[in-house]
Amino acid sequence: MSLSDADHDLVVEELGREPTQAEAALFENLWSEHCAYRSSRPLLGAFDSEGDQVVVGPGDDAAVVELPDCDGTYITMGIESHNHPSYVDPFDGAATGVGGIVRDTLSMGAYPIALADSLYFGDFDREHSRYLLEGVVEGISHYGNCIGVPTVTGSAAFHDGYEGNPLVNVSCIGLVDEERMITAVAQQPGNKLVLVGNSTGRDGLGGASFASEDLAEDAETEDRPAVQVGDPYTEKLLIEANEQLIDEGLIESARDLGAAGLGGASSELVAKGGLGAEIELTEVHEREPNMNAMEYLLAESQERMCYEVAPENVDRVREIADRFDLGASVIGEVTDTGDYVCTFDGETVVDCDAEFLGEGAPFNDLPFEEPTQPERDLPDGVALDDAFESVVASPNTASKRWVYRQYDHEVQVRTATPPGDDAAVLAVREAGAAASDDGETGVGLAYTAGADPNWTDTAPYEGARAVALENATNLAAKGTTPLAAVDCLNGGNPEKPEVYGAFKGIVDGLADMCSTLDIPVVGGNVSLYNDSVAGPIPPTPTLAAVGTKDGYEAPPMSLSGEGELLLVGARALEGDAEPRLGGSEYLTQFGGTDRFPTLLDAPDAFIETLADVADEDATLATHDLSHGGLAVGLAEMVHEDAGASVEVDAPNKGSVAELLFGEQPGRVVIETTDARAVREAFDGVAPVYDLGAADDSGALDLTVTGESLSYDADEIAGLRSTITNELE
Amino acid sequence: MTVAVVRFGGSNCDRDSVQALSHLGIDAELVWHEDGLPEDIEGVMLPGGFSYGDYLRAGAMAARSPIMQEVREVAAEGVPVLGVCNGAQIGCESSLTPGAFTTNRSARFQCEHVHLRVENADTPWTAAYDEGQVVEFPIAHGEGRFEIDDDRLEALEADDRILFKYCDESGAVHDGANPNGSKHNVAGITGEDDTVAVMMPHPERVSLPDIGAVEGQGVLRGFAEA
Repeated sequence: MSLSDADHDLVVEELGREPTQAEAALFENLWSEHCAYRSSRPLLGAFDSEGDQVVVGPGDDAAVVELPDCDGTYITMGIESHNHPSYVDPFDGAATGVGGIVRDTLSMGAYPIALADSLYFGDFDREHSRYLLEGVVEGISHYGNCIGVPTVTGSAAFHDGYEGNPLVNVSCIGLVDEERMITAVAQQPGNKLVLVGNSTGRDGLGGASFASEDLAEDAETEDRPAVQVGDPYTEKLLIEANEQLIDEGLIESARDLGAAGLGGASSELVAKGGLGAEIELTEVHEREPNMNAMEYLLAESQERMCYEVAPENVDRVREIADRFDLGASVIGEVTDTGDYVCTFDGETVVDCDAEFLGEGAPFNDLPFEEPTQPERDLPDGVALDDAFESVVASPNTASKRWVYRQYDHEVQVRTATPPGDDAAVLAVREAGAAASDDGETGVGLAYTAGADPNWTDTAPYEGARAVALENATNLAAKGTTPLAAVDCLNGGNPEKPEVYGAFKGIVDGLADMCSTLDIPVVGGNVSLYNDSVAGPIPPTPTLAAVGTKDGYEAPPMSLSGEGELLLVGARALEGDAEPRLGGSEYLTQFGGTDRFPTLLDAPDAFIETLADVADEDATLATHDLSHGGLAVGLAEMVHEDAGASVEVDAPNKGSVAELLFGEQPGRVVIETTDARAVREAFDGVAPVYDLGAADDSGALDLTVTGESLSYDADEIAGLRSTITNELE
Repeated sequence: MTVAVVRFGGSNCDRDSVQALSHLGIDAELVWHEDGLPEDIEGVMLPGGFSYGDYLRAGAMAARSPIMQEVREVAAEGVPVLGVCNGAQIGCESSLTPGAFTTNRSARFQCEHVHLRVENADTPWTAAYDEGQVVEFPIAHGEGRFEIDDDRLEALEADDRILFKYCDESGAVHDGANPNGSKHNVAGITGEDDTVAVMMPHPERVSLPDIGAVEGQGVLRGFAEA
């Protein structure tokens, strides 16, 4: 890939001359789709990123959001994709994805406290999908565990559309406060630019442009040099060094070196401040001899940060770097010219307007085709027990314990609700103590991430709305109020009108539902060209969202065995919407198509009420219903010591399959000792259906319109252990 | 009573350990390995993590750092020393305790809760429990399989130097309840003197009541007992 003719002409016009080789390479990478969002930026205006809680919105390394009622305690939120590298080299590709998003957190002066991964692979039955899954999970495990940041939540989905192009979306939460926060906006001419961390080699050259094309058939062998190799030990040292640098107030602004390496980070840093830079490339501490200017500028060697440091603080920064065995080099300084100038042994190799380099790429106005929803064509003659067993054992709905067991999810001693539940809940003891009842407990921070490719494949717009609602339901089911979200929008080749139309659908759907729920989308990432000889991926809008509450206690997903069971939010069961199986795991298993189900009319009131109800003492267990519908939801709640006896008698409200396996999100099962209070709370908000009662049987007894099923906890656990069984 | 929590490059349970000890009213401070042990230190904790990125072998590099010579010296004087997870690997690598912790039978990292049976309640680290009591602790390691030659294992058993064994919920010790393939299901042992102990499970992760169970507090209270 090289600079297109049109871009080349623009650059020549701006510079008044031919670009040097180094400049051409810099423009090629910084103006790539991956860095410049040329095809997606025109759509991203749909997102509402404002709110009283938003301190730093989109455009910096990570977003910053204030926690409620706690006077200046902030969290950072970021999300990144590492899709193409993870296909070519799953272990290193996924590991460096973790490294990158963690450094985005450091750039804001924050300490990383939690990670979430949303992973998407081809059919689980295929050998190649399993190879990628094993490598990706091992890479995340290796890197995340080593740096001591717990991976507490996420998602894993399988769909044949990812066969030639898996997705690895990694999100990170950091903790910072008003005093410590810094940004990636250069502050003052005369300040030094200091590169701290790993030495620079020729690794990952051209990673940004590699991420902006379809994957070629021979990508696994041909593109391996474009994948970086991570060193989590150095990253951990960088985390601790960064913490000390911030503690001592030595950093004016910071940007991590990610896509397009030093050239990207340093030019963006000064451009954001409306300033310029002069950089001598040979000052960079390197690990390979005879590197040329382009290699210094574009190498994507990992674990490096670019800091703006006042001249009088440079020596102390060097001392701290040295204490942590990290290299540090003063590579240049901030200027007031607005020009980004790089010299190589004194010879000028780059000299262009910093803002033009960062922001000058023209956007693409691409044609698109509106997606249409499929016609209804349902499978016949599926026996109920076959359906139950296939759907509960599907890798999409089955237990992900094989995955999260490999992640240290408890380091940092904050994890109050571990992975495997609707959302993780973390103890943020630093915040809110003064506001809580006992004067001691801080803020409980719930964290969830995911998307469902079956939903957005069926109906991009409606499916993406559902993804947003489902994530919010996960948060509210644990008693928290949604605070903010970041998104990772993955699509295929946008030059194909039907692909771009579907991508536009997920952008609008996600944006609309987040606005409805009053959840600001404070940052994100776009990854296009997820296309290969196997075709485009399903449009995939991963959302990572957080919610907050006083204290860390949350009702679990597991039944206690003591309460009544209520199903809240089911429209078809209430008779006010057509029952639909579109996007369901049931149709994935047995074939057929249908429209996507209709969501609640007032999802915002549902989320608000659910957060309150979940926090009541009478609420014993809560579980969001989504993938696999009511059948899977109930199966997940049953365990050795508690079961459920459930009857749904609604012959006119849908078939047994529709009632059990329909996947309308924005539904929840609540186990409560005060059913009347739950009904009252949801009166006028969402329908409440009496399912039956939990008990100590350790079995699920289910009768739907006269058809019955019964499975004990052991049988259910056996069905749900598909992934473990196949991979151990 | 001040416990030095020794931080190497790559330690990652250092802050957690200080937090848990402080919660129990035990004064604890982070000590960077290059700075050496403070004077008059009354306890040493080697926390979990990936010191030196686990390069060479888990714990091998840290065991050869100068501060470990100081730790061996104070240990010989009777100062209590506890190594947890990577700290346990460092403890074995630096000969504070016998044996070695090596790659799990699964060859994968495992983060999960396991049951432990208290084998000897007559040590500072287990005085809070009863012999035979079953407790639930988290593990989080890729290299936690205890290995030692048969003779020395017999000696450890005979000398009552085994603190905990992996077991099932009922306290039965068998292969099915062994998460990582450790020999004789050993999860933690003492040194020649019972003021020195190493274990793979994480007591500091089950010590803070605001996030759940507190069954690990007894182990950390060993610093005050010893």
